Formats: sequence, structure tokens, C-alpha cells
Amino acid sequence: MRVLYFAWLRERIGAATEEVETEAATVAGLVEELRARDERHAAAFADLAAVRVALDEEMADLDAPLAGVREVAFFPPVTGG
Amino acid sequence: MAGARILVRVQEADFDVSEELERLTAGRADVGAVASFVGLVRDRAGETAISGMTLEHWPGATERALTRIAGDAAARWPLQGALIVHRVGPLRPAERIVLAAAASPHRHAAFEAAAFLMDWLKTEAPFWKKEETPEGARWVEARESDDAAKARWGA
Repeated sequence: MRVLYFAWLRERIGAATEEVETEAATVAGLVEELRARDERHAAAFADLAAVRVALDEEMADLDAPLAGVREVAFFPPVTGG
Repeated sequence: MAGARILVRVQEADFDVSEELERLTAGRADVGAVASFVGLVRDRAGETAISGMTLEHWPGATERALTRIAGDAAARWPLQGALIVHRVGPLRPAERIVLAAAASPHRHAAFEAAAFLMDWLKTEAPFWKKEETPEGARWVEARESDDAAKARWGA
């Protein structure tokens, strides 16, 4: 599964994208696995209230299932315009 | 309105407002109104001086989000065209950052649709601003007032 990071999540993790092998059933499960990887991931996911997620470019909740998902994106609330 | 011209672009370069609006209506004579909004980079945020900002986006997904937003506007109002041009990369104060415009036979639809484009863009399109302040660079936080502005259009 491909995981994308944007804005301060990308900065804290130190990468814009990574390939992840996961058995997690939901986004929340994936987040727990990522948090356990290292301090960078733990810092990026310290405050989940500030993190939004998209599954294959569709906005989703933390309890959304990952079955069939190819790409997960994590990012802060958007600030364009 | 069927066949509305949807024009969406994300680019680093500046844009010419007149040329963009011309593109929206070129070749047709049934447009009665074009309403446009131009967003500029301010040199302050509250009391904090801003010397510049950098805009990050999600290539591909951003363009698809803008196209969807423009299409939603064309489904809600009798539009003949909807246009969004958004810049990314480093920007200085007073530079243009975004142009949103709507073309319609009549002004009310054009005004409302242009406001809708901006309200939805601000809360739905994947862009992130990082401001340069005297204390260093910082990511701009989303505003609840932007969510409220979007909510007034209903789901």
C-alpha cells in the first residue's frame, strides 16, 4: 500500500511517500502501526484531531476500512485559496 | 447548465486575469455576466508580518478536486463556464494566488457561483500554505470561519 504525506506531516516524517506492508483492517489500525515505527512517525501522528485522511483520493474517517485501498494520504486540514 | 465550459489549472506562474476571463467566454455571445474573484497574498496575518509563503498541493488530486467543485457549481446554477486558476510554490506579498470566475446569462448566478467556488475550494481542495514570519516559517491553520462559509451552501 502506498502512503502519502503532505505539509507538516511530510516534514515530520521526512518523506512524501512510502510503501507500507500492512494487515491493518482500518485507517486507525494503520496509524497505530505507523506510530510504532519510529519517533518521526509518532510525532507526525501525535495529534490525530489535526490529521485528515483520504483513501484513493476520497476523504475518509479513521475507522474506515482499508480493504481494497491502494493509496492512503495523510494531511492537515487544507488552507488554499 | 449542460455543456458548461470547465477550466481548471494549477501552476507556479502568474496568470493574466483578462486573458483567463476571455478564455471563459471566447467564441460565444450568449453570456451576460462574468463574476470573478482574485485572491492576493497579504503582507500580514493579524499582527504578524508575512514576508512570503509557499503553497504545497497534491498533484493530480488537486486538479480533480477543482474540476469537481467547478462541476458542482455548474450543476447548481445555470452556468456557461466556471474557471479556477490556482498558483503553487513560493509567493510574495501582493502577488496573485487564485482566480475563480463564473459565466452565466445573468448576474446573480454568476456572483453566487463565484463565491461558491471560493468557499468550496478553501475547504475541499488539497492546498497547504506555509507562511514566512519574523519568527520563522509556519504552516497556516485552517479556519472555522471557512467551514462556516462552505456550510451556508448546504451539503
